[in-house]
Amino acid sequence: MDGLINWFENLAGSFADAVYMTLINNDQYNLLLQGLVKSLTLTFFAALIGIALGLLLAIAKLQDVNNLTGNPFVVWLRKMVTGFANGYISVIRGTPAVVQMLVIYFILYLRILNNIPLFAGMSDVAIASIAFGINSSAYVAEVIRAGIMAVDKGQTEAGRSLGLSGRQTMQYIVIPQAVKNVLPALGNEFIVLLKETSVAGYIGIADLTKAAQSIGSVTYNYIVPLLCAAYVYFLMTTVLSTGMGMLERRLRKSD
Amino acid sequence: MIEVQNLHKYFGELEVLKGIDVHISKGECVCVIGPSGGGKSTFLRCINLLEMPTKGDIIIEGISVMQNLRQIDKLRQKVGMVFQQFNLFPHMTVLRNITLAPTKLKKMPQAEANELAMELLNKVGLADKAQEYPTRLSGGQKQRVAIARAMAMDPDVLLFDEPTSALDPEMVGEVLEVMKQLAKNNATMVVVTHEMGFAREVGDKIIFIDGGIITEQGTPAEIFGHPQHARTREFLSKVL
Repeated sequence: MDGLINWFENLAGSFADAVYMTLINNDQYNLLLQGLVKSLTLTFFAALIGIALGLLLAIAKLQDVNNLTGNPFVVWLRKMVTGFANGYISVIRGTPAVVQMLVIYFILYLRILNNIPLFAGMSDVAIASIAFGINSSAYVAEVIRAGIMAVDKGQTEAGRSLGLSGRQTMQYIVIPQAVKNVLPALGNEFIVLLKETSVAGYIGIADLTKAAQSIGSVTYNYIVPLLCAAYVYFLMTTVLSTGMGMLERRLRKSD
Repeated sequence: MIEVQNLHKYFGELEVLKGIDVHISKGECVCVIGPSGGGKSTFLRCINLLEMPTKGDIIIEGISVMQNLRQIDKLRQKVGMVFQQFNLFPHMTVLRNITLAPTKLKKMPQAEANELAMELLNKVGLADKAQEYPTRLSGGQKQRVAIARAMAMDPDVLLFDEPTSALDPEMVGEVLEVMKQLAKNNATMVVVTHEMGFAREVGDKIIFIDGGIITEQGTPAEIFGHPQHARTREFLSKVL
């Protein structure tokens, strides 16, 4: 019995020591906090870019390319745009986000953009945000496309029959309804995105994961910082899914 | 006022309309009858180009639709449409459903549009539902709102695509009553319908479409009283 109590005491003592060593000593928890801020910044801007690009891609893919009329050059241009969107989505969905980020950072940025004065000296976080945004946009595009296609065709017909243009019909009638269809899947995409940013350490960004790893390598204790990071990710995704759920319920009011 | 000329429509290989010629005068209520799959709805949907005609033309107030495809949105403002499935916008209140087009297309101030909408809702007997969302309405109420919505653009002609076919039987009457009032006030209407009683009583002209062609047309008395074609007689004997 005494042995068991001793064992527990030792365990508790060493756990307290470990927490002290990894988080409290030298205020190392600050590293985790700063890492969290970076992870959230990445997620936020990547999500913005993802939605904006994704919406454009979705619209490009939704064109009825076999039934275009008008100026032949415009028709050709629109077909090209749709073709580009299809190719882009296939490539982005078919390659890992880490590889995309590495390509964008080491090849596109360091080799090319960095030599152009306008882009030289961009922050790593900005580049990673763009990389994650580009990755996310392909998934968002498919989510939005499905959401728009789920809106009854009669809605478009009703809008057009009133004399609204295709763009106005989209803007006032189809997209507001598509948003409701899209929210659950979009929330899911943001959760994936937040977790995906954990590879930002590959290009030297001290995000939450990288910070936990650094603390581990300095203190020779990975258990506490890694579990801590995992818990913070879990907390963030929970907040995100709860928030999306609330938004969804609010938008369903008219049903 | 509306002149449909030699209208042809193919869906792929299938020829749904095989040359339709119709003249619709101002203030006339034209009822289109005929068996399902005969091309009635396609004919109606071609008038405002929800279906693109393969051949032929539609002249509205002297303007060729097919020669002015770029102005199609402008032309559609003059052609209201009421659908079988109502197609109200579920994310907008009844009032907003009606005021959307006038405010966006005619740049009518919202207050003025609201006034107009209330006036129209009064006509269809639904002024008390202005702030409701469509999901809270019965089928008959939805269709009456849809009629008010189509009228809000003050169109030259109203197209009705089987407006009572999706309704519970007890709600058919209220919608037909609204349509009767419209006809009485000399609205130009084209109504695709299976309501033979309505066609007979309200229609100024009956068009019988079967197999993509107009088999017969005439006054209700002619069509219902003395149908000339065997096909018309056969159809009427089944539905009357």
